[in-house]
Amino acid sequence: MPIDKFTTLESRYVPLPVENVDTDQIIPARFLKATSRDGFGENLFRDWRYTPAGEENPDFVLNQSEYTGEVLVGGQNFGSGSSREHAAWAIHDYGFKVVVSSFFADIFQNNALNNGVLPVTVSAKFLSNLFNAVEKDKSQKVLVDLENQVISLNGECEEFAINPYKKNCLLNGFDDIDFLLDRKDKIKAFEAKN
Amino acid sequence: MEPKTLFDKVWDAHVVEKIDGGPSVFYIDKHLVHEVTSPQAFSGLEARGMKVFRPENTLATPDHNIPTENQHLPIKEELSRKQIETLTANCEKNDITLYGLNHPYNGIVHVVGPELGHTQPGMTLVCGDSHTSTHGAFGAVAFGIGTSEVEMVLATQCILQPKPRKMLITVNGELQKGVTAKDLTLYVIAKLGTGGATGYFVEYAGSAVSSLSMEGRMTVCNMSIEMGARGGMIAPDQTTFDYVEGREFAPKGTEWTKAVAKWKKLKTDEGATFDKEYVFIASDIEPMLTYGTNPGMGIGILGHIPSEKDIEPSELPTFKKSLDYMGFNLGDKMLGKKVDYVFVGSCTNGRIEDLRVLASAVKGKKKADSVTAWIVPGSKQVEKQAKEEGLVEVLEEAGFEMRQPGCSACLAMNDDKVPAGKYSVSTSNRNFEGRQGPGARTLLASPLTAAAAAVTGVITDPREFL
Ligand code: SF4
Repeated sequence: MPIDKFTTLESRYVPLPVENVDTDQIIPARFLKATSRDGFGENLFRDWRYTPAGEENPDFVLNQSEYTGEVLVGGQNFGSGSSREHAAWAIHDYGFKVVVSSFFADIFQNNALNNGVLPVTVSAKFLSNLFNAVEKDKSQKVLVDLENQVISLNGECEEFAINPYKKNCLLNGFDDIDFLLDRKDKIKAFEAKN
Repeated sequence: MEPKTLFDKVWDAHVVEKIDGGPSVFYIDKHLVHEVTSPQAFSGLEARGMKVFRPENTLATPDHNIPTENQHLPIKEELSRKQIETLTANCEKNDITLYGLNHPYNGIVHVVGPELGHTQPGMTLVCGDSHTSTHGAFGAVAFGIGTSEVEMVLATQCILQPKPRKMLITVNGELQKGVTAKDLTLYVIAKLGTGGATGYFVEYAGSAVSSLSMEGRMTVCNMSIEMGARGGMIAPDQTTFDYVEGREFAPKGTEWTKAVAKWKKLKTDEGATFDKEYVFIASDIEPMLTYGTNPGMGIGILGHIPSEKDIEPSELPTFKKSLDYMGFNLGDKMLGKKVDYVFVGSCTNGRIEDLRVLASAVKGKKKADSVTAWIVPGSKQVEKQAKEEGLVEVLEEAGFEMRQPGCSACLAMNDDKVPAGKYSVSTSNRNFEGRQGPGARTLLASPLTAAAAAVTGVITDPREFL
């Protein structure tokens, strides 16, 4: 699937200051029965977002209209748990283009990148500044610049790391499969040798 | 030659091409497929007008979303039925071997691979499932991937992967009686935390590890992901060869001799280095139990939940939220806490040895009336063997409910859900909020600890039970 191009984004953001947000919270297993990629956003954070009776939980941030934007800011160790790409699809489908945390689980990070969602790892201090700033002013914005690998909040900048290959993919909207398909001959040669 | 770790040896032998400043084109020997994470990959492939590149290296079995009762009948729930039918159709279209619902080899993908001899030392193996790390017990590089990556492997038998860093976890000495592989892994995870091995591939070594059976090793490697590791592996040795030999898809005759000669070289060279190392002492390990909502929140069964003073102030809100969900308090003692459900199964502890341990612990005893106990074998083969060995009889006599194989209450995608607020002692691998059903409260433990809880109806030290 071709991914969306990503260059820079300035947006308000949604704070979720919870640590160890696991993939079962992002999208519970009972919603993994679909055979297409669409519609998972509806069930993003399902069990936090809705009460057991199916009503919106007013205490959960996605139900608080004063928080909005295309950036989700999560606590430490975001995306741990299962390999379900449905978690990345749910975040993408809901409309987030960037997830910020001070630490991401490996597989989630890969899955996000493969779907054009940029995971940005920041320092613990920057993360708490993000949470504090939006607490004070809910319309606070954050700027994410992929080309320069910089995230900034009210002029305070921090660099973030990204694999150069993945960066190129996101900047151009390339996906890995095309890259691999171009190398079929090399793959066949490898097989013949082994 | 530069000394190499076990991981280096297997990894380096599978790099097709190293991309400057980027990941490697990494070749996959065996691709395991199940119904939940593959449909979108197959449809992606179809949209490109392609078929599976190496169907002979691909193997499929439905497991996550199948019922564990009346498997001979059509699946009632429409979405689940459709997911299984989609897998069947995709395998037919692409000539992939499928161990469908009524096939004698059906079962949880990570139980099936090893028991049939598909999983072998030195292999690279992936599956759209994070517990693929299980297969590392054989000295394979095995890890979970996302659906986009499943599509890559279907299309090219390769994925793009940066090489992870290397971690060595050594457990020396001997485990106490009543302390199992599950306790060892829960202990290590409690020490390192859920993110403690993120970015690393782990090798487990030391006498406590090498004296484990293959099934115990699988339990340990299985849970590597619960501390964030990409995977875990153990050097193959005589225990490994004895386990693999004679299994249906293992090499035979002279091929076998050649394979073993090759596999014997799969160990970390003297002088090879790791990016991080931990050493633990086996006799420090008690039977373990988790009390919170991630697998790192584990303690010895005699212990107490940490008190406020033991927790970093910054971590306290998340910690309290977790205890609220569990209905526990800071400082609580675990022994004697009430148990409503017991689940023995999953790719962590749903193998024949686990059922043997369970059966011998409960033989001649009765399950507590207040407990609902589900026993779900990891595969049809395990189920068959359990019947042949008389384990099923023992368990049923003790009041346990035998269900048919599948992932079942490990992730509660089917009807096997623990009701909200109820406490479940589970031999599976994740105690996340809602993992066993919305509102369900999971305490991870070994099959032995589960057996003790089932009989007494409360958290009990399994050593008193031997
Ligand atoms: S048993 Fe549980 S952990 Fe294992 S593959 Fe099934 S759902 Fe995943």
